[in-house]
Amino acid sequence: MEKLRKMNRKRINRIISLSEELRWKIGDDFHDNLTESIYADASKIVEDSVTYTNKKSRFRLDVNIDKIVTSKIWGFPIMLFILGVVLWLTIIGANYPSGLLSELLLDITHPILKNFGESVGLPWWLNGFLFDGVYLAVAWVIAVMLPPMAIFFPLFTLLEDFGYLPRVAFNMDTMFKKSGAHGKQALTMTMGFGCNAAGVIATRIIDSPRERLIAIITNNFSLCNGRWPTQILLATIFIGAVVPESYSSFVSLSAVIGIAVLGIFFMFFFSWALSKTMLKGEVSTFNLELPPYRRPVFWKTIYTSLIDRTLIVLWRAIVFAAPAGAVIWLISNIDVGNESIASWIIHALDGFGFLLGLNGVILLAYIVAIPANEIVIPTILMLTIMVTGISGGEGAGVMFELDSFNAMGDILKEGGWTLLTAVNVMLFSLLHNPCSTTIYTIYKETRSVKWTVVASVLPVIVGLIVTFLVAQIWRILL
Amino acid sequence: MESKANNTCDNCIHFNVGELKKLGIKTANFDFVVALAGNPNTGKSTVFNALTGLRQHTGNWPGKTVTRAEGAFEYQQQKFKLIDLPGTYSLLSTSNDEEVARNFILFGKPTVTVIVVDASRLERNLNLVLQILEITSSAVLCLNLMDEAGRNNIKIDTRTLSKDLGIPVIPTVARSQNGIPELIQTISELANGKIKCKRYNIKNIPNNIEKSVQVLSEEIEKEYPNISNSRWIAFRLLEGDTQIIEALENGEIA
Repeated sequence: MEKLRKMNRKRINRIISLSEELRWKIGDDFHDNLTESIYADASKIVEDSVTYTNKKSRFRLDVNIDKIVTSKIWGFPIMLFILGVVLWLTIIGANYPSGLLSELLLDITHPILKNFGESVGLPWWLNGFLFDGVYLAVAWVIAVMLPPMAIFFPLFTLLEDFGYLPRVAFNMDTMFKKSGAHGKQALTMTMGFGCNAAGVIATRIIDSPRERLIAIITNNFSLCNGRWPTQILLATIFIGAVVPESYSSFVSLSAVIGIAVLGIFFMFFFSWALSKTMLKGEVSTFNLELPPYRRPVFWKTIYTSLIDRTLIVLWRAIVFAAPAGAVIWLISNIDVGNESIASWIIHALDGFGFLLGLNGVILLAYIVAIPANEIVIPTILMLTIMVTGISGGEGAGVMFELDSFNAMGDILKEGGWTLLTAVNVMLFSLLHNPCSTTIYTIYKETRSVKWTVVASVLPVIVGLIVTFLVAQIWRILL
Repeated sequence: MESKANNTCDNCIHFNVGELKKLGIKTANFDFVVALAGNPNTGKSTVFNALTGLRQHTGNWPGKTVTRAEGAFEYQQQKFKLIDLPGTYSLLSTSNDEEVARNFILFGKPTVTVIVVDASRLERNLNLVLQILEITSSAVLCLNLMDEAGRNNIKIDTRTLSKDLGIPVIPTVARSQNGIPELIQTISELANGKIKCKRYNIKNIPNNIEKSVQVLSEEIEKEYPNISNSRWIAFRLLEGDTQIIEALENGEIA
């Protein structure tokens, strides 16, 4: 065996020394020469087998579209416009099905389940735990989150299939370069608008480790699908309500876009700050190919994005909502002293929450919702109902009408929400720690505790500072 | 029931594709390994999905598949394991995704390599095709996006192309499944040795380099008679690729 290895070693050495000798002889343009020969071969082959029947019309349409959507003047307005249309369709499309679902799941099914539990003789605590805790949380998630996701995702996927994303990257390339980051970060950022964990994985397309880390750490500033509905909901309920009804959808839309743009601003700012401090280095250059526009296979895209994205994400939300519902019910129903655990925590957090223009319920909800951003709003609603003692879903108090956004608004206002609370929750939803899936993905991709901690803590600190400042300024001015 | 081969149906692709089983991610106990290579954004993942029945996410932007994805299909009682490699423009440089693709084609020794190209951008795509053909001749060219080529008034003489490259050429429109039955049939025939490919060697190489490559590859063949792609290894050695040297030492290539 040893002998064999020695022999092998000898043979290899002979080949290597021969190759070195030859390399010396042919000089250092070997690589270029080889590349040129390949291109020469390719052009000969194409000459023999490819014919253009009408040379002029090739790609003319694509080129013309690109001239507009990547132009200096129109590039950014068109980007904002497209984002606006997608969000607008989501806002106007989601309210009605959301109302239907909450009537079905909360007003009709929930009492039936509770009565059923009583009739089969479940003890009150088990009945409450199962149907007021686990079931309600899941039902809220479906009613609140499913409709916006089922509209937003397919629209986003259609854009992706059409070939618009590389144009976004093209438009933003110079800005990324100026901030010391890689131009391909535009692609990972847009993926982050779908899901931050997916965005973090997508950073593998960036070769330089420095620029990749920047892309990973700042990906959380892209609003993900778990947070879009939160933004849309709060903007519709609180900000849209400030102006006359004919403007309300336009104003709430602008607010959501404003938050998304603010996220992009923070992403650039921290890319720049990181590249000037912890992650110094050169910006690498790269080639970005603008692929041809392709007409998406419409129904197939709708189908796969519903099945693959919407339902998977919804399923994940449900999986995390069920235990969260259990936790919420338990902490609201187990008393320590003469108050429930939830009340204790909420009251303890209320002071700090006030400083941030938030409240204890919201902060507790963000702790409960670390596994998934999708369950923040349902958690807030449940905690508010349980703590304020208003009854949600059945009987007196809040009724769920078809217009479910207003019903949710009533619950929140009952819980002491003002316009400032809504604005700051929207800001905090943009600027807080990534969900646990994303944190785990960041660790898997970087294999570094340090960078995982940086990526997780940085956005929370920013969020605390921003909400604090907004709350103080707001209270001084208004 | 065994049927005789003289039944005309048996030779018809569309009949045989009836025996296609898309196995999704059940990749155990395969008979052949098939690699899927090509430039970014040519529809590799769409071809992958069409063959395996998986719904690997596809999107119209380059660099979407960042790792290799695996799937499988069964055709005429033989199982094929399919590897979707990240899209690359070349195999000659050092970036991560190119390494994944290059190493798999070289060391993974797929039985068949399906090279997916964008028919409307053939010339640029050929750069990668010719490099792959230096490594392996057991390949099939999947001329994808034929509909776009048609829309852009591009006509491709697939017979001449096939002759020039020495491998079968199958025009497809993967997203509407056009040409996929033919592709499957060809993969199967290649795997079972029913189609013989002709080795393609890059021709327009300057004389002094060509000579050096020949000397070196002859030497490699002398030491390792089992190596089929000595010319590619010679290219890499002349480039000073340390991975190739390591691979020779570990006996991964021979």
